[in-house]
Amino acid sequence: MLSDFDFSVLTDSLPFLWAGLQFTIQLTLVAMTGGIIFGTLLALARLSSMKPLAMAAAAYVNTMRSIPLVMVILWFFLLLPLLTGKPMGAESSAMMTFMAFEAAYYSEIMRAGIQSVPRGQVHAGQAMGFTYSQSMRFVVLPQAFRNMLPILLTQTIVLFQDTSLVYAIGSKDLLKASEIAGKNYNRPIEMYIFVALIYFIICFSLSQLVKRLQQRIAIIR
Amino acid sequence: MIEIKNVSKWYGQFQVLTECTTQVAKGEVIVVCGPSGSGKSTLIKCVNALEPFQQGDVVVDGISLSDPKTDLPKLRSRVGMVFQNFELFPHMSITENLTIAQVKVLGRSSDEARDVGLKLLDRVGLTAQAAKFPGQLSGGQQQRVAIARALSMNPICMLFDEPTSALDPEMVNEVLDVMVQLAKEGMTMMCVTHEMGFARKVASRVIFMDHGRIVEDDSKEAFFGSPRSERAQLFLSKILQH
Repeated sequence: MLSDFDFSVLTDSLPFLWAGLQFTIQLTLVAMTGGIIFGTLLALARLSSMKPLAMAAAAYVNTMRSIPLVMVILWFFLLLPLLTGKPMGAESSAMMTFMAFEAAYYSEIMRAGIQSVPRGQVHAGQAMGFTYSQSMRFVVLPQAFRNMLPILLTQTIVLFQDTSLVYAIGSKDLLKASEIAGKNYNRPIEMYIFVALIYFIICFSLSQLVKRLQQRIAIIR
Repeated sequence: MIEIKNVSKWYGQFQVLTECTTQVAKGEVIVVCGPSGSGKSTLIKCVNALEPFQQGDVVVDGISLSDPKTDLPKLRSRVGMVFQNFELFPHMSITENLTIAQVKVLGRSSDEARDVGLKLLDRVGLTAQAAKFPGQLSGGQQQRVAIARALSMNPICMLFDEPTSALDPEMVNEVLDVMVQLAKEGMTMMCVTHEMGFARKVASRVIFMDHGRIVEDDSKEAFFGSPRSERAQLFLSKILQH
C-alpha cells in the first residue's frame, strides 16, 4: 500500500505550503505578543485592589477559558463585522481572536508570576520611592516574566498548534494550505503526513529549547 | 525628625501594635529590640508606610503619613530602608541596583547616578563587584550594597529592619561597621536589631517592645544599667548570656 504513495507532489506544492506556514508563524507571533501584553494587563487588573476591575478581569478570563476555541474563532468571525460595521478578512479576524483568547491563558501565567515575586521585593521597590506602576515595571514584572518564561513558551507551543483551528473560517494557514494542496493533487494523505511532520519538528524543537532554558534559569537562580 | 504618635495596628482581629508612641530627633540613633512577634518590624515599616496602620499618626520631617494628600512614594524616597533579606533586585547588576531609583525617582542623569552609586559602593568597600549580580555576592556584601543603595537617594534618615539577622555570623561585623560609621557621621537612624554591642556603641536610646507595645524607651545607659520592666530584664539576661 505504501508503494502507492507519491511524495513528489510535496515538492510541487512546497511554495504553497510555505505561504501557509508563514501565516501560521505570523499568527502565532502576533497572538503571543498581543496575548502577553493584554494578558499582563488582565493579570494586573485581577490582582488590583479595585474590586470592580478585578471582577471584570476575572469574568473575562473565566469566560474565555470555558468556551471551546473553535467557537470563539467562529463567533469572532461572525460578530466582529457586525460590531464594527466593516467586513473583516479571515486572517485579521483570526489574529484578533487569538490575541483575545490567548490573553486569558497568558494572564493566568502572569498572575502566578507576579505572585511568585516575594513581598519583600515589592517593599524594596516602594521604599526606594517607586510608584505602583514604576515598581511593577522595574521590579515585579521583569522578575515575574523571567520566572514564567518557560511556561509562557510552553503556552506558545500550544498556541502554535491551536492556530490550525483557523481552518474553520477558511484562513490559509499551514493546515488549510495542505488541505487545498492535497485536494489539488488528489494526494491528501501524503500532504497530511508531511504537514504533521512539520508541526512535530517545530513543536519538538521549541520544547527542547524550553527545556534548555529551564536549566539555564535554574543555574541563575 | 520622626514622630510616632499613638499608633495602633490590627491584622483583622489581631492587634499587632498598641498605642506606640516615640520620637527620633535629628542625628539620633534609636535601637528597637524585643522578642520575635513583638511588633518591632511592623512598627519600623509603619514609619515609611510600607505597613498601613489604623489608628494614630506618624509624622516624618513634618509630613503626616495619615494625611490622604501625602505623596507616599515621594516621602519614601527620602527615607532609606534596609531589609532583613537585603532585597536587592536580582535581575539587575549591582550598578543598576544603585542607580535605577536615582534616575527614575530623583530624575538624575544616568552619569550622575553612576558617580553617586560608585562612590557609595567604594565607601562600603565593594567597588570590584559593580558589574556583578546580587546572586553572585555573599550575604554580607549584598547587605552592604543594600545600604549603599538606600544612601544613594540622600535620605534624611535611615530605617534598618534586622539588617544582620539573615547573615552568617562571620559577616555580621562588616555590616555593623558600615552602620557604626554611618551613625558617627550623624545620620538619623532607627534600627530594629538584637546586636546589643551595636546599641552600646552608638545608640542614643533603646526601645524595648513586647506584645505590640513599647515597654521601655530609655537612654542606653538606663536601659543596660537597669531596665525597669521585668520583661526587658528577662530579655536582656537571655540575649546577653552569649
